[in-house]
Amino acid sequence: MSDTLLEVTDLRTQFFTDEGVVRAVDGVSFDIGEGEIVGLVGESGAGKSVVAQSILRLVEEPGEIVGGEIRYRDELLFGLEDGPGADATERDGMLTEAEMREGIRGTEIAIIFQDPMESLNPVFTVGDQLREFIEINRDLGRKAAREEAVHLLREVGIPEPESRYGDYPLQFSGGMRQRALIAMALACEPSLVVADEPTTALDVTVEGQILELVDDLQERYETSFLWVTHDMGVVAEVCDRVNVMYLGEIVERASVDDLFYETKHPYTRALLDSIPRPDETVKSLDPISGVMPEAIDPPDGCRFHPRCPAAREVCTSVNPDARLVTADEDASHHAACLEHEDAFGAGYESSPSLDAETAAGFNAGFDRRADHD
Amino acid sequence: MGIQNPDELNEPNEATGGRAETDVEARVGLSYTFGQLKKDPTAWVGFVIIGTVSVVAVIAFVDQTFLHYWLADHLWVDPVRDTSAPSLLKPPFVSNQGTWNHVLGTDTRGRDVLVRLFYGARIAIEVGFLSTVVGLVGGTAAGAVAGFYGGWIDDVLMRAVETLYAIPFLVLVIAFMTAFGRTLVFAMIGVGIISIPTFARLIRSRVVSVREEGYIEAARAAGVRDRNIILRHVIPNSFAPVLVQATLQIGIAILLVAGLSFLGFGAQPPTPSWGQILSNARNAILVNPWFSFWPGLAILVTVMGFNILGDGLRDALDPRIQN
Repeated sequence: MSDTLLEVTDLRTQFFTDEGVVRAVDGVSFDIGEGEIVGLVGESGAGKSVVAQSILRLVEEPGEIVGGEIRYRDELLFGLEDGPGADATERDGMLTEAEMREGIRGTEIAIIFQDPMESLNPVFTVGDQLREFIEINRDLGRKAAREEAVHLLREVGIPEPESRYGDYPLQFSGGMRQRALIAMALACEPSLVVADEPTTALDVTVEGQILELVDDLQERYETSFLWVTHDMGVVAEVCDRVNVMYLGEIVERASVDDLFYETKHPYTRALLDSIPRPDETVKSLDPISGVMPEAIDPPDGCRFHPRCPAAREVCTSVNPDARLVTADEDASHHAACLEHEDAFGAGYESSPSLDAETAAGFNAGFDRRADHD
Repeated sequence: MGIQNPDELNEPNEATGGRAETDVEARVGLSYTFGQLKKDPTAWVGFVIIGTVSVVAVIAFVDQTFLHYWLADHLWVDPVRDTSAPSLLKPPFVSNQGTWNHVLGTDTRGRDVLVRLFYGARIAIEVGFLSTVVGLVGGTAAGAVAGFYGGWIDDVLMRAVETLYAIPFLVLVIAFMTAFGRTLVFAMIGVGIISIPTFARLIRSRVVSVREEGYIEAARAAGVRDRNIILRHVIPNSFAPVLVQATLQIGIAILLVAGLSFLGFGAQPPTPSWGQILSNARNAILVNPWFSFWPGLAILVTVMGFNILGDGLRDALDPRIQN
């Protein structure tokens, strides 16, 4: 693997609401190498988007990054140290808000948002928005910036970019808007693009085109991507490595092939079982039973244990962190599950299986439906 | 939408034929808004009234400031200097004693009323626009910043602005003019300040929802500074209701400054202004009631013109209303 571009260590982001503290991201660590596409997968509410926002320090009130460290190349994007009082203070060398704005956001790390319908300003033309962005960030004159904007629109596959330049966002289709947003993200040739579910709002054919475009652009510009998604198909398509998130924690981290063929965590297995796979024929799909608990009050022990088919008693009290679970050091396959006795030694083997009643409680509805079939 | 006249009902066939393709194409921009406005006959009347008054005002302004009444002197009669004594307080042409020389009659000093009304239009338009600009700029700035940041900034700014509501308008403006000077400029600024809370509250209410939009977050993620986010993204997307209010406010400002001039705060004689002509006419109301009728009519028609246009603009800018 090449040099590390972004390194996130033990990131914690919490939302302080009236009902209590929501621990949306709770000790997440991962890294992204130069020119790599890293996936961040999980159900809705797992905290994926909050991770994306935290990287650019865009978490808004009442949310706050409360711990951990984010490094980008030699820059410290976020870091805390113990202050004189009980409160942690920002560490020396952490970038200021102004430095983030001028040196990082848009120019070094760009972000593509989920909804292309919402991410363009409706009152200005697409071309003008792109041109303005280039003008601000790249020290180009108005004319040069305009040419660059047209060039970029052509680059992302918008037909007749010259005449489309003067169109308003509402005159673009969803796919074209997403292309325009990708053009905007790439305008300053950032080293890292955070793609926050960029194809979720698009239909499958357009999604395919966009993924191809990204693959193509990634090769040409050697940009790294953090690809946030809930779609395992997209992960298989574009990612080099994958992090699987569940309820604010990373439960499995592996290369794409290992994740799909050597799955080491019950949650990932459940995820994979719940989607149709072209390489296997199954009678019926297996949805994951129950719903993800609220991050405001996570279950004790392993956070997945109430829904986990492999849960044993020990899982209710010990919350595992992601540890290396293969003998092969190069594969660097991490999983946070006690069933890997070698790595954890928490006594999983000897622990009694959780009685079927809890599981049945969750499964009851599904089972009944299955009986009717 | 106002009154539907029978001719309007026949028109849509033609209009819908073209709309299928233009509907999505151009629901933004000046030309679209203007096109919507043209379909509304009532708004069109307002537009014509304001257009006419504005043209008169511009001619009056040029003649007063650059030509020192040369135009009026040579083409018509002088609106400022007294004329021959015998024609004091002449009634208009419709009356038995009226003449065509002074179509609307003459005032207490024998000056032609119509020409004075024309030159008074300049003050009215100037006051309407400039004081509205004061309120618009002040109110938009305060409201946009308050709405965008929220929290204590919102509280401090909005409460500060709202204290203006607590003080009676006349007291505030008169105190203001006593402090700074009894000139028209301060009357305009005073009336402008009065309208700040209206604009601030209006734009704030829009900004609070606009700031949650995706493109604001996208702009922030792209490293745009707050100032530019507010100027380029927040305000343009919150501006439609403010624009409507501004049109109505011009009418209100004209009325208020006319009231001030009536009380002697505002344009000073001999510069003609509608409020001051009206105040002048009050003394002669028993001798020549016509005299007080004209300036009142001028104010009424102009203010109504702005109100009608404002209503039309509201309909034109509201995408939910289709005509």
